[in-house]
Amino acid sequence: MAQTSAPATDHAPALRSRDIASHPVPTGREEEWRFTPLAPIADLLSGQAPLNGGADVDAEADPGARVEFVGTDDARVGRTFLPTDIASARAMAAAAQALIVTLPREWQGVARVAVRGRGEDVAGHMVIEAEPFSEGTVLVDFRGSGRYVGALEIRVGDGARLTVVSLQDWSTDGVHLGEHHASLGRDSRLLMGHITLGGQIVRIAPKVSYQAPGGDAELLGLFFADAGQHLEHRVFIDHDTPHCRSSVLYKGALQGDGSHTVWIGDVLVRSQAVGVDTYEVNRNLILTDGARADSVPNLELETGEIVGAGHASATGRFDDEQLFYLQSRGIPADLARVLVVRGFFADVLHRIGQPELTQRVMRTVDGRLGVVALDGEAGDEELAE
Amino acid sequence: MTTLAISNLHATVETDAGAREILRGVTLTVESGQTHAVMGPNGSGKSTLAYVIAVPPKDPVPEGSITLDGQDVLAMSVDERARAGLFLAMQYPVEIPGVSVSNFLRTSVTAVRGEAPKLRTWVKEMKGAMEALQIDPAFAERSVNEGFSGGEKKRHEILQLELLKPKIAVLDETDSGLDVDALKVVAEGVNRFQADGTTGTLLITHYTRILRYIHPDYVHVFVDGRIVESGGPELATKLEDEGYERFLKAGAST
Repeated sequence: MAQTSAPATDHAPALRSRDIASHPVPTGREEEWRFTPLAPIADLLSGQAPLNGGADVDAEADPGARVEFVGTDDARVGRTFLPTDIASARAMAAAAQALIVTLPREWQGVARVAVRGRGEDVAGHMVIEAEPFSEGTVLVDFRGSGRYVGALEIRVGDGARLTVVSLQDWSTDGVHLGEHHASLGRDSRLLMGHITLGGQIVRIAPKVSYQAPGGDAELLGLFFADAGQHLEHRVFIDHDTPHCRSSVLYKGALQGDGSHTVWIGDVLVRSQAVGVDTYEVNRNLILTDGARADSVPNLELETGEIVGAGHASATGRFDDEQLFYLQSRGIPADLARVLVVRGFFADVLHRIGQPELTQRVMRTVDGRLGVVALDGEAGDEELAE
Repeated sequence: MTTLAISNLHATVETDAGAREILRGVTLTVESGQTHAVMGPNGSGKSTLAYVIAVPPKDPVPEGSITLDGQDVLAMSVDERARAGLFLAMQYPVEIPGVSVSNFLRTSVTAVRGEAPKLRTWVKEMKGAMEALQIDPAFAERSVNEGFSGGEKKRHEILQLELLKPKIAVLDETDSGLDVDALKVVAEGVNRFQADGTTGTLLITHYTRILRYIHPDYVHVFVDGRIVESGGPELATKLEDEGYERFLKAGAST
């Protein structure tokens, strides 16, 4: 079994391996697991739940791209990804097949993947292979009920420009444990977006590493936790290569009793990674009492020869002054709240740049804040920009 | 015909030393077609008067009344007051990141008019109003008040005034911090708003400078929480020559 052990740093995963036995079963005391409610997923972690159920997976792409289901022994599976926790290791072992989306050299277009849970425990594995100089967008849409554990393995070829947006909008019973690992080639650019709206427990761990200089990764995330939801994003940017960039922006809103979000932003700039430019930001907006947002940025620098490095994190409540100003122009309180939350998410959605996802987020915001719909004409016009 | 009637209005704020009275019995009536200027020194309570008209105060009004065409304004929430026809142009407008000016304007116009304006006529209307205030069209896509200069914020307030067309406008030191050119543009906007005689304006200011461009029908001198003298435009001229000293002394002796 393939296995690597990372050099000792504070924030890099200690172990990467397909071997289930090499991964400890979390107790909840580990730094990686201390925020996550373990009871609802204990049987997934221990192996009592065998992850042998199924989900409906549909994939389609513009002409020229290839969409295939292959066995997990295919050479392209696990080439740049090795599980860093036991959930991923179990999923990789249990998955009957892997979905591979290949965007050929210099190809331009869009591919879509829809995963619909059927209330079962599912192991999944996806690979997105963007060949050199391709310019593609891959939209992955997770919905339905059940528990899904699986990795998304992304390879961005030299000079390629790839956008991958993963939407997690599960039913209220949904559980999703996922590692999203991207590996960037020379002078490539990746925009990875995470929009997490629905599900009981969603825990996504995006990781970025670089194969050659000139890689540029932009990670954008948006989450909205309602009562009883646990939405967790654990970013790890491994700057192991000189002259690469990373920019991270995650924004979350929370409302209702027991709504909980976690954002971890680990950035490691290794000693050889000179000339790196990195910045990460997390902002959370707490809309009601009873909500909890954990936000932990970590920046570990092993070299000072960098272009820039920084991080920022802020969690705040509704700004009454903003609501008051809108109301003083006749806008009722509930609509004023919708405008402020929409505005809070606007920059992330603008940068993700997928109008249909923007619409979906805005409808969710409207619905959760108790407004049926903003005046469609104006809203749509605004959002279409 | 609209009437804003303020009668024996008192207002207090809680301080560590107990309730402090900021308004001490204000009586004032503004009718459509009229422009009233309330002038007073710093700390006289004139901004509190502006806010109590448009916004429910934290500490409830202990005495007095405000009515708009007979409706009890003090019983209304802030958005109800706006929909009833009151507008406060603020001294320090709030920044709202991510909410574009055009979206904000259309949402508020829809709320105040009770129906969404037709898209085509609306775009024309908004652009026309912006042009009249010499506002760059790109402004419509910027976030509300975010990164606006002081002059841009004030022009944005007057833009809302012209589009919302309230029955009674209260302008809280809209002239402060403006250079002469911006002051003229803002004053022209207020004059356009007031021109057809169907609306009333209550202009609150420290300085007489703006009264060269907006001509009030009535001038009230406001000292120590109440109106100490009322008159016509000539009172403003007198204030410009003599300042507030005479009134401050009078106020201190009572």
